[in-house]
Amino acid sequence: MKGGAIIWRVASFAVAAGFIALWQLVANWKLVSPVFLPGPDRAWASLLRGFSSGDLWSKLIGTLEHMAYGWLAASIAGIAIGAMIGSSRPMRTYVAPSLEFLRPLPVSAIIPVAIAAFGLTQGMALLVIAFGAIWPIMLATIHGFAAVEPRLYEVARSLQMSRLAVIFKIALPSASPDILAGMRLSLTVALILSVVCEILAGLDGLGHWVLLSARAFRSADLFAGVILLGVTGYVTSVAMSLAERRLLAWQASQR
Amino acid sequence: MTLDRAKPLMLPIGALLAFEGWARATHLQSDSLAPPSEIVAALAGALADHSILAATRDTLFATFAGLAIGSFIGLALGIAFGISDTLDRLMEVTVEAVRPVPSIALLPIALIALGFGYRMEIVIVAFACIWPILILSRAAVRSVEPRLMEVSRVLRLPAAQRVLKIIIPAALPRIFVAFRLSAGIALIVAVTVEIAINPLGLGAGIMLAQQALRPDLMLAYLVWIGAIGYALNMLLTVAQRRLFGRAALSGDSL
Repeated sequence: MKGGAIIWRVASFAVAAGFIALWQLVANWKLVSPVFLPGPDRAWASLLRGFSSGDLWSKLIGTLEHMAYGWLAASIAGIAIGAMIGSSRPMRTYVAPSLEFLRPLPVSAIIPVAIAAFGLTQGMALLVIAFGAIWPIMLATIHGFAAVEPRLYEVARSLQMSRLAVIFKIALPSASPDILAGMRLSLTVALILSVVCEILAGLDGLGHWVLLSARAFRSADLFAGVILLGVTGYVTSVAMSLAERRLLAWQASQR
Repeated sequence: MTLDRAKPLMLPIGALLAFEGWARATHLQSDSLAPPSEIVAALAGALADHSILAATRDTLFATFAGLAIGSFIGLALGIAFGISDTLDRLMEVTVEAVRPVPSIALLPIALIALGFGYRMEIVIVAFACIWPILILSRAAVRSVEPRLMEVSRVLRLPAAQRVLKIIIPAALPRIFVAFRLSAGIALIVAVTVEIAINPLGLGAGIMLAQQALRPDLMLAYLVWIGAIGYALNMLLTVAQRRLFGRAALSGDSL
């Protein structure tokens, strides 16, 4: 069975390699103008060149920084606010519906407002990314708190635990699968908003890099940037899944 | 009963009144804030001269065109992957390599290949819509009652008939859930593309209002965009409940 899985993996990689070869052929035969579509060889060369000159490193780190700061701020604030709302009935009746109303708002629409208030600055980007990434985390926390097994709350009451103790010892641990799932969703949101903010505000990062490359019709650099963004999205989401499995290992063993 | 229904409204109404009062009391002069009364006036003005309606039409056109194309591709791939395990396993690496590319990262590529306008926006929206539909419809097809598939085999239905008569009807409730989620994503992506670069629709409208230092109009656009997002979600949720009733709820937890 194990051997079969490996063979499937290899075959699957072979198919992906086939697509890349097809891309190379399309580029070589100039079916699409090379101005728009560089071959994978040129994109790869551009990636190597960018990394060896250090250009791409600084852009990549810039994007990762925007993403990480915004996401961390959103996680902390989202869990704190979510816990506050989720653990109190009055807050749930008065505040939660307003939040549900705000949720379908396309977050990027907040960008012009942030620009008007803070200018084209890092602070603006941080605010926008955090604001966008906070929703999934906050709503997941509220939902997780509401779905805690009621008997656990009864136990807490008979033990006369304080509200803080209930939050930290009962509600947060049992809501952690929801919260982590929310955090993974916001990771994608944070990456997208980082790119948009870099494009709009000209902040140092991959978003700015791909836009400049597009303006100058340097398509190889453009594709290198897009590939790097894809890798960033993939690596962060894999890392998050690993962290999720690690952190929730205790729960799987209980079930 | 009426008091219970009014409770959720108290916070937003209270906040709006407090903001209006504060703005009046301090004679607010700002590039980023405006009192609610001026926002309402700006919204009424933009509605009266049809500028916001035209922008809404542009945005929704791009949203739905991208959604339709993305749904079609995602559904076709999702059904194919759901039926054929071989195909699914062979394409796994390719799909997992392309899927994490943030849709907005395609923006510069679409820009140089297609230029400004509807087409580039539609392409990006479609790209963003493919993945949720693909993944959820694949799961939906896999969870089709195996006995239905046995029936189709006994009846010797050809593959096309099997898809049209058995698989799509059986998986439809969950596919609709995926469609609803994608519709939300489509609108978000469309507005984001417009804000970032495309001089079209609501996103461009809100950027223009910001650059013209008209906070009232900018916030009016923000409120309007929020209302559109809310209405779209509401409409599809109601449609889902009407069309499928409880059948769709099972897929909602995905």
